[in-house]
Amino acid sequence: MAQHTTADTSLREKLRRAERRRKIQAGTLIGPLLLLMLIFYFIPIGMMLYRSIDNSRMREILPNTARALAHWSGESIPGEEAFAAIVRDMKKAYPARTLATAGRRLNFDQVGFYSLLLKSGRKIKKIDGPPYRDKLIKIDKKWGDPAYWTVLKRGLRNITWMYLLRALDLRYDTQNRVVGVPEEEAIYVSIILRTIYISLSVTILCLVIGYPLAYFMATSSASVRNLLMIGLLLVFWTSLLVRTLSWILVLQDKGVVNSFLLWTGLISHPLPLVFNRFGVYVAMTHVLLPFMVLPLYSVMAGIPSYYVRAARSLGATPIAAFFKVYTPMTLPGIGAGCLMVFIQALGYYITPALVGGPKDQMVSYFVAFFVNERVNWSMASALGVVLLVMTGSFYLIFGKRVNITNMKLG
Amino acid sequence: MAIPAHATTGERIWYYVFRFLVALVFIYLVFPILTIIPLSFNAGEFLHYPLQGFSLRWYEDVFASGQWAVAVKNSLIVGVSSMILATVLGTTAAVGLNRTNFPGKGLLVALLISPMMIPLVISALALYLFFAKIGLNDTYLGIILAHTILGLPFVLITVSATLQGFDYSLVNAGVSLGAAPLPVFFKIVMPLIMPGIVSGAMFAFATSLDEVVVVLFIAGPAHRTLPLQMFSGIREHLSPTILAVATMLIFFAGLLMLTLEFLRKRNERLNAAAR
Repeated sequence: MAQHTTADTSLREKLRRAERRRKIQAGTLIGPLLLLMLIFYFIPIGMMLYRSIDNSRMREILPNTARALAHWSGESIPGEEAFAAIVRDMKKAYPARTLATAGRRLNFDQVGFYSLLLKSGRKIKKIDGPPYRDKLIKIDKKWGDPAYWTVLKRGLRNITWMYLLRALDLRYDTQNRVVGVPEEEAIYVSIILRTIYISLSVTILCLVIGYPLAYFMATSSASVRNLLMIGLLLVFWTSLLVRTLSWILVLQDKGVVNSFLLWTGLISHPLPLVFNRFGVYVAMTHVLLPFMVLPLYSVMAGIPSYYVRAARSLGATPIAAFFKVYTPMTLPGIGAGCLMVFIQALGYYITPALVGGPKDQMVSYFVAFFVNERVNWSMASALGVVLLVMTGSFYLIFGKRVNITNMKLG
Repeated sequence: MAIPAHATTGERIWYYVFRFLVALVFIYLVFPILTIIPLSFNAGEFLHYPLQGFSLRWYEDVFASGQWAVAVKNSLIVGVSSMILATVLGTTAAVGLNRTNFPGKGLLVALLISPMMIPLVISALALYLFFAKIGLNDTYLGIILAHTILGLPFVLITVSATLQGFDYSLVNAGVSLGAAPLPVFFKIVMPLIMPGIVSGAMFAFATSLDEVVVVLFIAGPAHRTLPLQMFSGIREHLSPTILAVATMLIFFAGLLMLTLEFLRKRNERLNAAAR
C-alpha cells in the first residue's frame, strides 16, 4: 500500500511538473508579444486617457500661485500674497515663454485670459515691489475680478475635467457649476450625433445592398459565386485610399456618372455628387460593404434550401417564406456584419476627409484637427476618450450577442 | 438558382428584377475601381474620360520623381520590417495561446486583437503622444513598431485558425522520437501551419501598405510612406501620377487575393484530407 502511495504522489508530482513546464513554455511564447503590446500600445493608450484630464503642466508654470491659491475661499479677490505669487511666477514664465502655454490653457476655459496673461507678462518687469495687488490691477482691471481668479484656481488643479466637459459641450461657470456652453460654441455634441447618424446610415445601406448580394452568392452556381467572390475580395484587398480616390473620379463634375446623366439628357448641369454627404455615404458604404457581405455569406452558405421549400410546400407565400423562415436564420450574420460595419464606421477619418465637405466630418477628424492644426493635445485626447467610450460601449452592448472574433478573414 | 418550370409570371419577373439588382450592386462594387486603370494610361493630364491617347508617362513619373520613389522605398522598409516582426511575434504567441488554458484567456485574446477594433485615430494619437515623450516620432523604428502592433491581430487570428485543426499527437510523436522542442517546431508544426502564417504575414504587410492615419501623426517628411504621399496628393494636388500608383496597388491587391485564395483552398483540402 505504502509503495502505491509513493508511486501515486511521484506520478502526480511528475504531471504537475509537466503541466508547469507547459505553462512556462506558453508564457515564454506569449511573453514577447505581450511585452511589446504593453509598452507600445496599452501604456500609450493609458497615457492618452490620462492626458485628457492631466493638468500638471500648469502647476509647473505657475507653482507659487498654485500654492497661494490653495486655501483661497473664492468669495472675493484673494489677498496680497496671491498677487505676489503670481507676479513672481510671471516674471519667470514670461521670458521662458511658458506663460503663453498657460494662457492658451486658461483661455480655453475663459476667453480673454490669454491676452490678460500676455499683456501682464509684458509689463511685469515694471512691478518691482509691493503693493502687488494694486499694481497688477492697474495693469489690467480684470485682476480685480474674482471670476478670473476662480478660473485661475480651477486651472491650477492637478486634474482638470475641463476638456472632457468641453467635448460634451459643457463647461464650468464662475461658481464652478457644470453648465452647457453658449449655443454658438456648442459643436461637439452635434459632431458626436452626426458620427453616430452617418455610421448608422452606412450600416443600413450596407445591409440593404449587401443582403441581396450575399443571398445571390449563397444560392447561385459555383462559377457565378466564384466570380462574385473574386470581385468582392478584390475590392476588399484594394487599398482604402484607392477606393476613395476612385469615387472622387467617378462622382466629380466631369466624372462618369455626371457625363452619363448629361448624355441621357436627364440633367443639364452636373450634379454635386462628391465633397458632400452624398459622396460620404456612397464611398463609405462601398468601402465597408465587404465587411457586411462576408459574414452574411458565410452564414447563408450554411443554410440548407429545404427549409424554405418546406415552408412553400406548406402553403407559405414566397415573401412569407423568405421573411419568416429564411431571414431569421441569417440573424447571426446580420448581427456580425452590422456590428463590424458600424464600429468601423464610427472611427472613420480618411474617407470622409477626402470625399466629404466641412459639415460631413466625424469625431476622428476633430481628433486629428486638434493635434495637427491646434496643437491642443488635451482636447484631442478628450475627443479620443469620447470616441473610445462610444466604440467600446457599442461593442459591449452588442458584441456579446455577436461573436465578432469568429469572422473569417478573406 | 434557375427558374423552376412551374414558376408563376410574378416569380419570373421577380427572378429577372432580382438578378438585375444584384448586377447593379456588383457594378457599384467593382466599376469605380476599374475606371482608374484606363485613366492611368491617359496621355493627357485630365482625370476624366475620354482618354487622349495611350501613354506610360505617369508610370515613368512615379519612378522618376524623387518623392514617389522615396515613398515607395519607405513603404517597403516599413512594410517588410513590421510584417516580419508581427509574423514572428504573432505566430509564437498563437502557438503559446493554443497550448494552454488559463482563466482570463478570452480577455487576453480580446486585448491582443484590440488594435483591430479600436479606431485608428485613437491608436495614432496615443502613439504620437507616447513617441513624443521617448523621441520615436519621425523615425523608422516608431512607424515599424506602430505597424507591427496594427498587423499583429491579423497574424494571431489567421495562425490560431490553422492551429485549430492541428493534431498535437504529431508533436508528441516528434518528442518521443527524441527531437528537441525547436526542431519539433520548425520541422513539424511550422510546415503544417504555414498557410496561416503566410496569410497572416500578407495581412500584416497589406495593413502597413494601406495605413495612413497613424503615419499621418507620427511620420516626419523624410519618412513619408506611399499611402501618406497619396493622401496628401489627393488632398492638395490630384495628378495622374497618383492614378498610376493606384493602378499598381490594384494589381498588387489582385495578386494578394489570388495567393490567399490559393492558400485557403489548399488549407481546406488538407483539413478535409485529415478528417
